[in-house]
Amino acid sequence: MTETREERRFAEVPRESIKLMAESAGVELGDDVAAMLAEDVCYRLREATQNSSQFMRHAKRRKLTVEDFNRALRWSNTETICGYGAQDALPFRPLKEGELFFVEDREVNLVELALATNIPKGCAETMVRVHVSYLDGKGNLEPQGTVPSAVQSLSDDLLKYYQQITRAILGEDPHLMKVALLDLQSNSKIAALLPYFVYVISGVKSVSHDLDQLNRLLHMVKSLVQNPYLYLGSYVRSLVSSVMYCILEPLAASINPLNDHWTLRDYAALLLSHIFWTHGDLVSGLYHQILLSLQKVLSDPVRPLCSHYGAVVGLHALGWKAVERVLYPHLPAYWANLQAVLDDYSVSNAQVKADGHKVYGAILVAVERLLKMKAVSLSASAEGGAAALQGSVGGMMGFRESSPGLSPPPEPLSEPPLGIASHLQAGGAGCQWEEWTPVSLPDMYCELYSFFGDSLAVRFSTGPALGGAPSATPIQSSDTRKEPGSGAANLESTRKMPQLTANMNISPRQDGSPRTEPAPPSLATAPGRLGGAPKRKKGGQSRDIFPKARFPPPQVGPPAFSFLIGGRQMGRRCQGRRFQTSFTPTPSLTSLPPRAYAHKLPVIGRVSKPVRRWTCSHYSLYLPL
Amino acid sequence: MAAVQDGGSEPEGEKEPQPELPSDGSSAPAATPASKPEEQQQQQQQTLLAVLQFLKRNKLIESVDALRREAGLADEPDEAPGSEAGGGVGGAAAGSADSADASALLSRVAGAAQSGAASAPCNISFSSIVLFIVLSVGGEDQPDVSVVLSAYSQQGDPSLYQVYYSGLKKFIESVLDCHRAELSQLFYPLFVHMYLELVYNNHESEAKAFFEKFSGDQECYYQDDLRVLSGLTKKEHMKGNETLLDFRTSKFVLRISRDSYQLLKRHLQERQNNQIWNIIQEHLYIDIFDGMPRSKSQIDSMSGSLAGEARREANKAKVFYGLLKEPEIEVPLDDEDEEAENEEGKPKKKKPKKDSMGSKSKKQDPNAPQQNRIPLPELKDSDKLDKIMYMKEATKRIRLGPETLPSICFYTFLNVYQGLTAVDFTDDSSLIAGGFADSTVRVWSVTPKKLRKVKSAADLSLIDKESDDVLERIMDEKTASESKILYGHSGPVYGVSFSPDRNYLLSSSEDGTVRLWSLQTFTCLVAYKGHNYPVWDTQFSPYGYYFVSGGHDRVARLWATDHYQPLRMFAGHLGDITCTRFHPNSNYVATGSADRTIRLWDVLNGHCVRVFTGHKGPIHSLAFSPNGKYLASGSTDGRVLLWDLGHGLMIGELKGHTDTVYALKFSRDGEILASGSMDNTVRLWDAFKAFDDVETDDFTAATGHIHLPDNSQELLLGTYLTKATPVIHLHFTRRNLLLAAGSYNSQ
Repeated sequence: MTETREERRFAEVPRESIKLMAESAGVELGDDVAAMLAEDVCYRLREATQNSSQFMRHAKRRKLTVEDFNRALRWSNTETICGYGAQDALPFRPLKEGELFFVEDREVNLVELALATNIPKGCAETMVRVHVSYLDGKGNLEPQGTVPSAVQSLSDDLLKYYQQITRAILGEDPHLMKVALLDLQSNSKIAALLPYFVYVISGVKSVSHDLDQLNRLLHMVKSLVQNPYLYLGSYVRSLVSSVMYCILEPLAASINPLNDHWTLRDYAALLLSHIFWTHGDLVSGLYHQILLSLQKVLSDPVRPLCSHYGAVVGLHALGWKAVERVLYPHLPAYWANLQAVLDDYSVSNAQVKADGHKVYGAILVAVERLLKMKAVSLSASAEGGAAALQGSVGGMMGFRESSPGLSPPPEPLSEPPLGIASHLQAGGAGCQWEEWTPVSLPDMYCELYSFFGDSLAVRFSTGPALGGAPSATPIQSSDTRKEPGSGAANLESTRKMPQLTANMNISPRQDGSPRTEPAPPSLATAPGRLGGAPKRKKGGQSRDIFPKARFPPPQVGPPAFSFLIGGRQMGRRCQGRRFQTSFTPTPSLTSLPPRAYAHKLPVIGRVSKPVRRWTCSHYSLYLPL
Repeated sequence: MAAVQDGGSEPEGEKEPQPELPSDGSSAPAATPASKPEEQQQQQQQTLLAVLQFLKRNKLIESVDALRREAGLADEPDEAPGSEAGGGVGGAAAGSADSADASALLSRVAGAAQSGAASAPCNISFSSIVLFIVLSVGGEDQPDVSVVLSAYSQQGDPSLYQVYYSGLKKFIESVLDCHRAELSQLFYPLFVHMYLELVYNNHESEAKAFFEKFSGDQECYYQDDLRVLSGLTKKEHMKGNETLLDFRTSKFVLRISRDSYQLLKRHLQERQNNQIWNIIQEHLYIDIFDGMPRSKSQIDSMSGSLAGEARREANKAKVFYGLLKEPEIEVPLDDEDEEAENEEGKPKKKKPKKDSMGSKSKKQDPNAPQQNRIPLPELKDSDKLDKIMYMKEATKRIRLGPETLPSICFYTFLNVYQGLTAVDFTDDSSLIAGGFADSTVRVWSVTPKKLRKVKSAADLSLIDKESDDVLERIMDEKTASESKILYGHSGPVYGVSFSPDRNYLLSSSEDGTVRLWSLQTFTCLVAYKGHNYPVWDTQFSPYGYYFVSGGHDRVARLWATDHYQPLRMFAGHLGDITCTRFHPNSNYVATGSADRTIRLWDVLNGHCVRVFTGHKGPIHSLAFSPNGKYLASGSTDGRVLLWDLGHGLMIGELKGHTDTVYALKFSRDGEILASGSMDNTVRLWDAFKAFDDVETDDFTAATGHIHLPDNSQELLLGTYLTKATPVIHLHFTRRNLLLAAGSYNSQ
């Protein structure tokens, strides 16, 4: 056989198959007979195929069907083949052991089929529709050939279900709503309706004045997300954007201070994290998109405080990594704005100030968790790194503990691993994040302490420190537990922390070195304003940050200290400096603008120009969106 | 009616079926039992006996009885051959005796029986039939196929075939350019015949090598045939392979100028290349003409069919392509119409127009056939009313042209699950019928008027027959619905056609029958049996009463609705007949075939009067221009070709479609040609210009060589996309609105 040609043009039946067939029929075939038969079978197959194609052509189809083939067989007086009339594709499977290939033949449980309650509805009636496609040979008035409206392709039952469900959820009756939501959560046959529900949910934008409706829609999202039978696919994006809307937008409902839109935002944030953890893998890059939009809101001082609140809550919900990534670096910049709001005691500012406190609280919670989780994860990784001293149990526990805070597992690591701390950077894809480098825990603590003062420290100590993994991190816990002591203890502990970092492979110097480049402008301002710093003391009530923040690092003397901190931070956090100084020198300046803007409602005053400049310069590089 | 019958039955007896049905493979029961007949009468009797035997074997007792009665045969003689055959041929092997054979014979017997009964002399007028009889007589003890194939048994040295072929190839490549194109035509038929000879003589490996080496040289439009050939590598395969038998039974026709032919002849004689010379002598028909050799493009435009080009004399017969004179009908100017005209502000315009029409119809078109050339049914009152309606509508017709293109309405069939196979509109666009793969025919009313059945007989008897609205009263209001389903076929329905008076519907199906349905009762009236193989298309004559059908058996049949047997059988195609169309004057029938030719048949005498070659794929659509002068044809290669019937020439090629053209229709005035295709587009072509360009040319009708202007782009007036709906039918309403139909294909 000149196989080259034959193979190129036709499928071929090997003689082995013929032999097997013969064997199964109880006949032994010689090689030559099998070869002859195989060739003839091939020829007959080709002939039948050619004959069948004319049935296809006359049926005005492009697809050759089993029926066409059977007709060709029938007209050549050959028995037809049965059992292949179904529309679905037939999987052709190989069997390794016997070198067999066969069409899978599933068993059908007739009893089940007969007793099934969901009897498929009959096919829709054949009908003719007419419309003018082209008038006077011009213009397509209507895209031809579409089934009139997508909704019509749904069966009546589904349509009814859809109407009932939406009515129940958006209606007044809370009980009905609960039932509907429960069903939505567990119904396995609503896949066809998913686009419609998603569409309904995207209506959040039109009901932003109605907290109740927003809440219901969010519940709907939750039900859909929890439904195990639904494959959300790319609808995740749409759902996320609806939820994000609830988190971030200055909803019309929030104009009235009596409306508790905060809870809504909290709930939405929780939902966001839930969607993200359960369905984040469906859409690539989702994590980054979310982070970016949160970051954008946070760094936009024009946004109202409730938006900022949403951003913080959202970051918090996404895990401590997100907080570390986005919130922490922005905190110094943001702090200035927040401080300005909080420091404004005018009556007109009261509402804004109350909002500010909300944000403050949210940040505090987020930051605390960040510190705790970081400590836990560091200890866990340290343990792991140190040849798992505590044995597998401890390591496992530590990892498990830290896992919720980690970035989503499905996000692929695009950066090459950088030492032990590399896993902390999971999800660090995209150029926006390249500049980000982890800050050591003590540094972080120092800085955060500088903002929050004792309120941070106290919370840190009294809270369930280190989560549920104290046993796994005995060394760290003992260290950190010393912190909540008196000022002296604080001093000591902070002094110790750099030593800890040495264990942890993240040296502060490494941290600082890349950040020194853009220093000059802020450096210039920093020393000048430093002089005003002491004045700040009288202003700070609950957070008299300044004195406590000044832990004299061991290497330098007190006078140079503040300067050095500035130096250490100036690269990336030069604004941190400025923040420290900016409170004091211009109290009038900070307090005045908010008052001026107060009547414009939740807008935070665009306080200090430097902040904005930083924002611009920094972000123009950061967000090449 | 009586006249019609007479006219019908006389040629029926005269015209015998062309029995060259090469598909019959195994046994020819006609031949087995008979001793050599000396006379034709006897021969027929033998045939008859064979058929009886066949019928018996297949337990068709009733038919046997009927036949016997009709033929007046005694029982005794048919017993003997029956048993003989039963013993001679194994039951199982003979059981599947080809039904094509049977069908041909059956109808043949019918013809013979009738002529015998009328004791009319059996004047067989067609040489092909004589030829067949001789053939079947000669090859008595062998199946036909072997006879046909045995011509290949001549032996040459198989290893030299390649040398012969490449020698010729070298020669042709070395000749002058002007001759090269012409002589290149030889390549394909020679290649095929040499290959088949090799295969027939069991030189399998040589055949494969030969194919491998030279198949690449063949023209691309022969690809489909080559694919069939390449699969065929054994002598056994040759039996029953239709393509091959087509090749063998028909001589491949080449048209070569005298100079080129002399060149070739001299070369072959010099080289003593007998092998090739034999093939040329035996299997090719070289049509030599005097004059300039044709160019490559000229040759390419005409070649491509299964059996080469048409012979020149095949298109010499006169064709009366003119239209019949319209009967003069007084168009009553009823009041409402007058008012309508008044509103439009041109009441006077109507009169002169009508007069002009009247005067035109009085003059006899010199190209038109005699009014009574074939008997046509008389007009009924209702037909006259319809004619009046038609004329009224015609006055409101939009005159189309390149500037004023028609509006297009699309009728989309939804939820048919790939099952729509055929569509037809009534002439007045009030009904639409669809044929489906599930064997049903569905009829929809396009107008608000619902479809109603006639009441049952019991109810009808209660009606006051004298009342004025009796026609309204006989309808059963309870049955009114938008659509009706007609059940009866047992296979996909491939063709549907409304009668011009809208009372009947024809459908042809894979089950081998054509069915006539009443649109009054929505029941089946007749099932016309005769094809025995899938019937691909059917169409009513524009005057009703007659209809034509064609199918897989390669024979087109002309029927009258009141005869259960065909009046004419048009045999000659080498492939399935894929579409059939009546000429507007009802005197001719055009058939398109899978052998890539179009034939025009004379209804009066059954002659083939035109053979058109040039398509490179099976033809799936045909359309006559309203003036009867031209024919348009569309094929699977996406091209539309235009033909002049009078001269028998190709006059245009419309390129643009990318898939099979399933629908063609001229606008009512013939200015626009609309084509619909599988590629989801409707295209409009400037037919007026296409014909005009040619007509102004000085026809080289004598030689038949024309230069086709490549002006498809200029002629294309518009391309109109559907979303995902192949266009399978087109129809111009009486006012020149274009209706298109297809089924939505949601994939």
